[in-house]
Amino acid sequence: MADAMLPSYIRKINMDQIITSYCRIRDNEVIVNDRLIFYQENIVKFAEVLKSVYIQEQIIYPKFYKMDTISKLGFLATELVLKEKVLEGYRPGAVGVVLSNSSSSLDTDIAHNETIKDRSSYFPSPSVFVYTLPNIVIGEICIRHKIKGENVFLISEAFNGKMLFCYVDELFTNERVDACLCGWVEVLGNKYNAMVALVENNRPMQGTPAGFKPLLFNIENLNLIMTRN
Amino acid sequence: MEELIEKLKKEVIEQLNLEDINPDDINPDSPLFGEGLGLDSIDALELIVLLEKNYGIKIEDPKDGKKIFHSIRTMAEYITEHKK
Amino acid sequence: MPRRIFITGYGIISCIGNNIDETLTSLLQSKPGTGRIRHIDTILKDELLVGEIPKSQEELFAMAGITPVEGYSRNALLGIIAAREAFLQGQLDENRNLKTGLISATTVGGMDRCELYYNDFLTNDSRNAHIDAYDCADSTERIASLLGIHDFVTTISTACSSAANSIMLGARMIRTGRLDRVLAGGCESLTKFHLNGFNALKILDKDPCKPFDQHRAGINLGEGAAYLVLESEESLEKTGNTAMCELAGWGNACEAFHQTASSPDGVGAFLAMKKALEMSGLQATEIDYVNAHGTGTDNNDLSEGRAIEKLFGESIPMVSSTKPFTGHTTSAAGSTEAILSIFCIQHQVIWPNLNFRERISDLSFSPVEKLLTGVQVNAVMSNSFGFGGNDTSLIFKKV
Repeated sequence: MADAMLPSYIRKINMDQIITSYCRIRDNEVIVNDRLIFYQENIVKFAEVLKSVYIQEQIIYPKFYKMDTISKLGFLATELVLKEKVLEGYRPGAVGVVLSNSSSSLDTDIAHNETIKDRSSYFPSPSVFVYTLPNIVIGEICIRHKIKGENVFLISEAFNGKMLFCYVDELFTNERVDACLCGWVEVLGNKYNAMVALVENNRPMQGTPAGFKPLLFNIENLNLIMTRN
Repeated sequence: MEELIEKLKKEVIEQLNLEDINPDDINPDSPLFGEGLGLDSIDALELIVLLEKNYGIKIEDPKDGKKIFHSIRTMAEYITEHKK
Repeated sequence: MPRRIFITGYGIISCIGNNIDETLTSLLQSKPGTGRIRHIDTILKDELLVGEIPKSQEELFAMAGITPVEGYSRNALLGIIAAREAFLQGQLDENRNLKTGLISATTVGGMDRCELYYNDFLTNDSRNAHIDAYDCADSTERIASLLGIHDFVTTISTACSSAANSIMLGARMIRTGRLDRVLAGGCESLTKFHLNGFNALKILDKDPCKPFDQHRAGINLGEGAAYLVLESEESLEKTGNTAMCELAGWGNACEAFHQTASSPDGVGAFLAMKKALEMSGLQATEIDYVNAHGTGTDNNDLSEGRAIEKLFGESIPMVSSTKPFTGHTTSAAGSTEAILSIFCIQHQVIWPNLNFRERISDLSFSPVEKLLTGVQVNAVMSNSFGFGGNDTSLIFKKV
């Protein structure tokens, strides 16, 4: 079949975009660009993992403590991605964010329900309610890093590298995006799993991080980052 | 009044999740919003919930919050005046 | 030349009508559908004004043509009713060899049934079907299987811009050749969950909402579902459908300002509208009407108004918010208002911004106050902005 006949996502095989930095947080460990930067065996509460990483990485952003768990998780993963690979030089509108998960904002929905279920102690909390949407984590990331491009939150039963790839690829191909954060940010109770990757055009602004060979942006590599031990 | 101020500081820290701030860091006369503690509009709504939950005081119009929540001291004064 | 996207069918249900014809009639009579809450048992029942569809769960089952069985949320039933209307008009049951997708938006998902049983879930197993229906994708899957759409099925959840984003994603799937035609839109039912949440944010008006009015006091939440059939030019040749209009442009941008509030200067709204306009190839002066997001909150209307002023400069087109008619149907608002915008092109009318009295002192323009008929409407911009700063603008154009 002639090349031009194929849909753009197959035709390009994506030589144009690369993953220049990524972070994965799960099972009490944090990996950034193939390096283990945090691990603690004995933590049982997910909230403690978040706080320990925040403190270890000396991040100063008091609003962090006000976020819900999914926002904290997405925020931290992005913070670590962009610590390695700064996002300077791009127009704010040319940076996109595409995140996904399976439980949406259920973790926070449950917290909101707790505040309205009993009429004798009925105090719905505005600061909890504002987080009862999965895309608020994207809002928090955009506020922190001054990102103003397209943003979307996708929900699927399990991590779907193809869906993520296709959406991000479309942003690069047809929507004039020059960089895009993408990944999976899942939290429900004590179960959590996050992966955030920065995808940039092949000659990224500000070069690539030391000690990490950028990966081609394709479905296989997204799956690889997601499953790598 | 001073006792209420100390109590309020702790309650505000807890209600607004100001984990990295100690009660001693808060000057009861400094503005709560703007630069001070970096509070925003959602925090203002959250303070309305605090007044209702802990002191039984209802504020219907969020615009009234501006005066009441100017500082910990103005909050304490409002509570003393309106507490049932 | 990128593939063009045409609209060939639509279906809708909201508090102003159970289908396209009823909706159009209510609009032409300037008749809003908001009222007191009747079908939700909430502490706020007598306090709030909402755009509730005056149908019980049983009545909705009958309208959807489904034998009542547990596990169907109100949300799913609304979705089925509107999606089927669009499906039939777009003749999606024919030409099954065309690659067809369903993209449906919702944010509260199956919350309406779930919240009735959640609190005693641990001690009572008998209503688990309602809990299973909680998932946002549940309504989408039910619509897809009922209508036999399998090539691509997905759910979008980006708060109040969700349904506009469904349309945008559908258009892209067609433009990039992944699909030939798409049923795109959203559904959302009222729930205690979000009524209480919005109320805690103190942004609900207890009286009929008055978008763009100096004394606006907040939102009337509503419920509903609306779906559009999007087709490529090649698909049109095969289906023989007539295009009602063209989806000429779309744009999405992030505000990067606050979890729920819009920025004072409406930067996200401006970026989204500008992107859509650039893509459409139209000049700002060629937009005849803006169906604004116009929720009626202090914050949105000023922010959106400023963005409109910035984009259109001296020649601001006619603007109105139709939310006083339907209430704010949140995740269904984008497709609901897309259909209301398409009506304007088809019937050469412009909908009034009900309840408007006094211009916002910081804005240079007022919305349209009375129904306008016999006006030339060639291009309409429809705005939908969501919490999280997710802003989308769509442009529909006469063909």
